[in-house]
Amino acid sequence: MSAIGIEAIGIGKRFGAFTALADVALKVAPGSMHFLLGENGAGKSTLVKCMLGYYRPDEGSFLVDNREVEIARPADADALGLGMVYQHFTLVPAMTVAENLVMSRADVPAVINWAQERVALEAFMAAMPFQVPLDAEVGALAAGERQKTEILKQLYLQRRLLVLDEPTSVLTPQEAEEMLGTVRDLAHGGSITAIVITHKLKEVARFADEVTVLRRGRRTGGGSAQGLTPADMTAMMIGEPQAPANPERLGAPGAEPRLELRNLTTANDGGRAGLDIAALSVCPREIVGIAGVSGNGQKELVEVIGGQRAPSGGEMLVAGQPYDGTRELAQARAVRVLPEEPLRNGCVPRMSVTENLNLRGFDRDAAGGHRAWLSRGAMVERAQRLITGYRVRAPSAEAPIGVLSGGNVQRCVLARELDGQVDLLIVANPCFGLDVKAVGEVRARIMAARNAGTAVLLVSEDLDEILELSDRILVMHGGQVVHEAAGPGADAQAIGAHMLGSHHSPA
Amino acid sequence: MTTAGAQAPADRWYPWRRALEGALAPMAALVLAWLAFTLFLLLLGKSPAEFLDLFWRGAFGSWFSLQNTLQRAAPLLLTALCVAIPAQLGLVVIGGEAAVALGGLAATAAVLPMLGAPSLLVQLVMALAGMAAGALWIGLTGWLRAKRGINETIASLVLTYIGLALFNHLVEGVLRDPASLNKPSTWGIEDRNMLGPIPGTDVHPGLILGVLACVAAWVLISRTSLGFAARVTGGNIRAAQLQGLPVHRLMIGACVLGGACAGLAGMVEVAAVHGRANASLIAGYGWSGILIAFLSRHNPLAIMPMALLLGGLGAAGGLLQRRMGVPDATVMVLQGFIFVAILASETLAGRIAWFQPRRTET
Repeated sequence: MSAIGIEAIGIGKRFGAFTALADVALKVAPGSMHFLLGENGAGKSTLVKCMLGYYRPDEGSFLVDNREVEIARPADADALGLGMVYQHFTLVPAMTVAENLVMSRADVPAVINWAQERVALEAFMAAMPFQVPLDAEVGALAAGERQKTEILKQLYLQRRLLVLDEPTSVLTPQEAEEMLGTVRDLAHGGSITAIVITHKLKEVARFADEVTVLRRGRRTGGGSAQGLTPADMTAMMIGEPQAPANPERLGAPGAEPRLELRNLTTANDGGRAGLDIAALSVCPREIVGIAGVSGNGQKELVEVIGGQRAPSGGEMLVAGQPYDGTRELAQARAVRVLPEEPLRNGCVPRMSVTENLNLRGFDRDAAGGHRAWLSRGAMVERAQRLITGYRVRAPSAEAPIGVLSGGNVQRCVLARELDGQVDLLIVANPCFGLDVKAVGEVRARIMAARNAGTAVLLVSEDLDEILELSDRILVMHGGQVVHEAAGPGADAQAIGAHMLGSHHSPA
Repeated sequence: MTTAGAQAPADRWYPWRRALEGALAPMAALVLAWLAFTLFLLLLGKSPAEFLDLFWRGAFGSWFSLQNTLQRAAPLLLTALCVAIPAQLGLVVIGGEAAVALGGLAATAAVLPMLGAPSLLVQLVMALAGMAAGALWIGLTGWLRAKRGINETIASLVLTYIGLALFNHLVEGVLRDPASLNKPSTWGIEDRNMLGPIPGTDVHPGLILGVLACVAAWVLISRTSLGFAARVTGGNIRAAQLQGLPVHRLMIGACVLGGACAGLAGMVEVAAVHGRANASLIAGYGWSGILIAFLSRHNPLAIMPMALLLGGLGAAGGLLQRRMGVPDATVMVLQGFIFVAILASETLAGRIAWFQPRRTET
């Protein structure tokens, strides 16, 4: 088994009137780490989907080991030894590693001779540079281990070129380093070629041999990673040589906590430990960042404060008064929530943009009184104001919000939740899946709310975002707050160690 | 209407195309169902043209047949609301049949302690009793769904059988009038307490109640904050929770309201037609209501023409049977085709690009 090289020549792909790729060239040497960079919608996914046979390019051709190949369907890519590790895991959580590996083969027999498979699997595992316990249930593995298992699966399937789609987005910094190091060792050892799709320029600087940058479906640059600075690559990605400026932090946090949680607990959920927060507070004009590996209680925390999940014990106080997330109290205390996956958690996809922009205020009139009859005029007026103010691009204000792009849905939810007086704002992964420009805009809005006196609780899986925005950082692990640090000048490595649960024996 | 201020040219015709899509989809489904039914008739060796002609004459063609149709449509308006109102919250409740029967029974039972009271008062109490019984029965389904997470479709179906068993147990037991020999019935409600027909017609006032209920339901759903909250909950319960909406109370409330409508249908059947509660109340009004609610895509205003169509089919059934020599179940076949075609048309919603908003983004 040895690595193969691939070359794409003049690839073009159109979807209706939309040009996803135009004359894109890509040359990946065997046994190299090739990073593919670009904003969302730049065409990275379309390019690798063409390469793997999920799409047929309208123009251009692929060469594998300098020979032209026809990749018309995924099976063709499979036969050539091209494989993909997806951003979201594709293993079956309830099955063991061994079962997942055997099941992934194309030629699984009707009756599996497990004794024989075990011997073969153990021999395979022994020959690998890293190991995962064969009998472990995948659902019980940590994210990093699962990602390793995904890679092992590809090697088990005799793949010789791997595309990794944002492989580190769900990993801690330590896990990410280890995983990318492993892939690089495999590549430089000559057993695979790796194409890595990423947004993280730090990873490029550390692990890339070669880089290709796409913007709006065209190749805008690339070459040897040594010859490119992060500023060069950012310029190629967003077209103008400027990274989003850090939004300015104005004024010091207030003293009186606006949100206080005391001994807050939730019931265990499907084997996962529930929340157990001894004390957490957020003051006015303060952003408290909650860092943590996904699945350590952050989601539950947001759900409890947002009223989507009932706590099993403890106290939740807003402005010193008990709070339970009901509409009356949320309106009285000016509490707003910017949930993760806004379309799934914060919008009604089949209702119009206008209606979705009015979910907070449809039952209140201008004086704050209760409105029993809907006012179409007031709803349209508010929607127009927010659409213009937040530059939402929608085909029509009456279109279902579900047809909007992710960035525009996020702008809608942001506009709705930040409209009017906001005393407490809960934010969860606000920039997930947004492009560089939208990220800068969303972060600036959150900072502006903080500067205006809002208490902000920011839950994010993106440590860079937490480090950039927070006045104070808390780390969650296993449903508990295990570490606290001041935001400006925080030690990312120490935070990463606590995210991994090594707070008992610092790494 | 003003749309999207200072940006790219907005798609101003989209709301009209959406309304058109909403109207055309069930129409197309009706046409398809008719075409399939035409094939069925041809297989039987019958003339589709004759079927249409007889259907027209039996359902709408004369004052007599029109009144017959309206009479049949009246309870369907109310039982369709029993499906359409909970549907705003995304609940598929199919328990209308038992709510009609229990509503009728409760209305009859309410008369017993009030012998000699003024008719208007008795009628009012009957209506309230019927609505309360239906509301309780369907509300129980809503409660099970909201508080215990039990699938509301299964719960309402199972509760229907329990409700009908309870109805039969009472009608054949403690509430039975010993004089009713062949057809076990409760005591009558006294002739003077019967609802008279709408002046100038033979149609009972249930039709007016049904139309009023449909209009009121439409206003509630589309024009009030409560209805908006219900639609948000039906569209995405997680978003509704995040907005602090009382999703459980809304669910139970919608079921209570829908059940009250079906219970009222049962009361009208007793007070205007049968004069007593017996097996005639279990005539499939609840089941037909499900069909009508889906045909009208749970829009209370659309329920009115659809109830008329289904009422007409029922009214023409006898004539079709006698004159064409087709079995009574033929009408059921047509109903089945219509139901399947409507459900299939739902899956096409949003798939036809012409009806969709025009993207102005690159």
